[in-house]
Amino acid sequence: MEAASLPAALELAAGGGAGLSPEKRAVLGASLLLLQRDYRFERVWFWGCIRGVRGAYYIAEGLGPDRAAPRSRLYRCGGPASPPLRAADGTCLGRWDRGGRFRGWGEKRGRSEGAAQLSWREPRCAPEGPGKAASSPVLQRARACVVLVAGSLNCVEWSLLPPVTEEMVAQAEQLKGRFQGDPSFEYEYTEINAEDAERLFEDGKEPMIKEESRLVATIEQIDKAVGIIPRGAFVKTPLGSVRENRNFEGLSLTEAKKLSSYFHFTEPVNLKNKTLLEKADLDPSTDFLDSLEHDIPQGSWTVQLEKGGTVVVLRSLLWLGLTFYHVPMTKQYGYVYFGTGEKNLDLPFML
Amino acid sequence: QHGHGPYQPHEPGYGLYQPGYSPYDDQIPDPKSRMLAIQNAKAYLLKSSTTSGLNLYDHLANMLTKILDEQPANAVDIIENISKDVKWAQFQKKMDTLRDEHEILPTFEAAEKHKALFLRANGEGDEELEEEIGETPLPNVMETAFYFEQAGIGLSKDEFYHIFLALKKLISVQPIQTCRFWGKILGLEMNYIIAEVQYHEGEEEEETEEEEVIEEGGKGMGEVEDEDEKKEDEPPKSTYKPPPVIPKEENGTGANKYVYFVCNEPGKPWVKLPPVTPAQIVCARKIKKFFTGRLDAPVVSFPPFPGNEANYLRAQIARISAGTQISPIGFYQFAEEEGDEEEEEGGGRDTYEENPDFQPLSVAEMVGSLSAWVHHGQSILNQGRCVWLNPFQKSEEEEEDDEEEEKAEEPNELQQEIGPPLLTPLSEDEGIQNIPAWTAEASTNLIPQYAVAILQSNRWPGAYAFASGRKFDNIYFGWGHKYSPENHIPALPPPVQAEYPSGPEIAETRDPTLEEELAFKAAREEALAAAEEEEDEEDVDEDEEDEDDD
Repeated sequence: MEAASLPAALELAAGGGAGLSPEKRAVLGASLLLLQRDYRFERVWFWGCIRGVRGAYYIAEGLGPDRAAPRSRLYRCGGPASPPLRAADGTCLGRWDRGGRFRGWGEKRGRSEGAAQLSWREPRCAPEGPGKAASSPVLQRARACVVLVAGSLNCVEWSLLPPVTEEMVAQAEQLKGRFQGDPSFEYEYTEINAEDAERLFEDGKEPMIKEESRLVATIEQIDKAVGIIPRGAFVKTPLGSVRENRNFEGLSLTEAKKLSSYFHFTEPVNLKNKTLLEKADLDPSTDFLDSLEHDIPQGSWTVQLEKGGTVVVLRSLLWLGLTFYHVPMTKQYGYVYFGTGEKNLDLPFML
Repeated sequence: QHGHGPYQPHEPGYGLYQPGYSPYDDQIPDPKSRMLAIQNAKAYLLKSSTTSGLNLYDHLANMLTKILDEQPANAVDIIENISKDVKWAQFQKKMDTLRDEHEILPTFEAAEKHKALFLRANGEGDEELEEEIGETPLPNVMETAFYFEQAGIGLSKDEFYHIFLALKKLISVQPIQTCRFWGKILGLEMNYIIAEVQYHEGEEEEETEEEEVIEEGGKGMGEVEDEDEKKEDEPPKSTYKPPPVIPKEENGTGANKYVYFVCNEPGKPWVKLPPVTPAQIVCARKIKKFFTGRLDAPVVSFPPFPGNEANYLRAQIARISAGTQISPIGFYQFAEEEGDEEEEEGGGRDTYEENPDFQPLSVAEMVGSLSAWVHHGQSILNQGRCVWLNPFQKSEEEEEDDEEEEKAEEPNELQQEIGPPLLTPLSEDEGIQNIPAWTAEASTNLIPQYAVAILQSNRWPGAYAFASGRKFDNIYFGWGHKYSPENHIPALPPPVQAEYPSGPEIAETRDPTLEEELAFKAAREEALAAAEEEEDEEDVDEDEEDEDDD
């Protein structure tokens, strides 16, 4: 959901019982703005929250001029246990204690700029500081679509997640169970076939995967599978880039109840398979994405009218916790994920 | 006709016509013919289109008017869209003799229902007000909502308030002693809002009459069939005895301690859920189905669920309540009466009462250790009940009948099932793999003085509890399923029933082969020959005897 409309959007998406506390809401309103300033994003979306056993990750995505480019993700973790803040290479920089003070290793004990204050602290762990935006090639690409999965204890400090690779996704799919809440936690492969093990570990690397990689792979999977937008909300310009449609006034009530009015906001897969007759009716500027109609298994979305029929809420049954809301005939829409970050593989049995 | 003037540099066609060779060179742009050219251009623009009846001049004028009125930013980028909008607006009838029928949107109906919640019932005067301010079973839903909101859990304030009013309506209709907002279960088409209720003693409707009538009807049918069969040759009767049906617990005890009312949306009428039977709980443990939102929907599953969605919902509510209703330690205590405890089957106490001397622990203690919380929901045994019942234990009358009949096979003695006793602390809860059963945290680290202790269940994702000082509550927001890290494996069909006991008497043996037969024949001939030799050797008497023997 758009960071600018966070409070209103949370009210609309709260039908499932999950939301943010007033403290988090207040802090996010400010820190998302700061994110936008520091990383030079055009838009910042609050993606949602993945709850681990001992802590939660709050995730924000930042988008650049082309909304469909790969996004950078920033995360921050919140929770009672305070995992140490680590640099990208794994060296531990320090940890927050319960009182909210940041204690760096080797630092003298004392109050330092901690999470208690709302100051924007350049995280030393981020490989490219916000000040060096222009020079760093990674951030230039990241500017195209930066998903900030901000990882911090109190929703103030954000850390950039590494970009996702296919290997990460493949590894993460092997893992089952909850997230732990500590981004440096390492999972051990216990249930891998011998063949898979040989395939994955040809280099002789040890079978460990960090929770951070699992996190970014999960977010990518969720975005790919169930990140949706209403039809007409985004247009593809003749040059190929994707932008918001300023003429989008919202879906009508009848349209909003149909699954075909919503698209997956990711690379289309089924579009080429449509027959010529179907393609003739499509408008190439707005119908350049897959619609939800042909999702497998059928019935993996619930469409409900909430709040007396004024809000259309779509919930995904494949990734339990993803909620999409849209107020018909207005420009308000968005999706947010509040859940444990696990795919619901039992879906065919449950329908 | 000659609307095209000399081409300007930016126009396509420029350069195609060289000066002196253009067909329009004879047109010199002098003022008079410039006016003519303008008029020609305007006439061209005013030409109506053959397909749509519009003309470009009016269209451009409308477009520019709209742009100047609205002053959008970067109009040149969206000019095509604006043009489309203007054309689209043409089709809207502005003045029509027919009046549009007002569309009755479903939103209006829903708003009507919500409005009805806010109206007071007829006939209420000041007297009612006084009564309401006194003791009322209505829970303070907004207060609960506030505490849970500190943890980021809960619905929007509007929805909570609607639920608040809907509960008030429920209380005014039913004779209710205590009432609590239990939670919300999401479904495919509609959601469920659930209220947990306890009736005043003695006010509950008797629903058992219906069940008895059905049983008697069944027995009557059975008797008629028996008579018919005795006249004919009876086919072998099946010796299958279905396992005894475990009776459900009485209303007000065990899994049926509370009565649950559900509605799809606040404003819709509350529906009472039927009490739960152990068979339903046992089956509900094996299946995992989404709720559709309609109480009469069938539950298609294997093993077949005995009931429809209302029963399944009630069973899941019972399981969730049994597993996740917790309170700070010391808030509830057992009643002081002791004795007769050992004589009761199943042991344990199943009633508790509020402790007037409760001393609340600090938030840090509540969060730090799980033993500061206890379950006040009685856990359900494998049998499906909270208090174990031996289904084979017969009453005195039945024992006498059985002595007359043949002694059937004695069923295996069932082990008495014992569950954790009431008011066990949470630290005894088993985790799943390496995940603890509960995650505890304080609502805020920044302001610990006013933090609220929050517990989230990991076994039933969606179950939350908070405690702050003397206040605490439980709530559930979720899909109604238990968490399992492994994939759900549906129950396999049971093994094929044995038709008959197989033993040596019905076992087929191999036919003897030719060699065996010959060998047997030879052996028999030898034996006969041996017998004949004996006969020859002995006297005639022996022969006679032998002959008799043969």
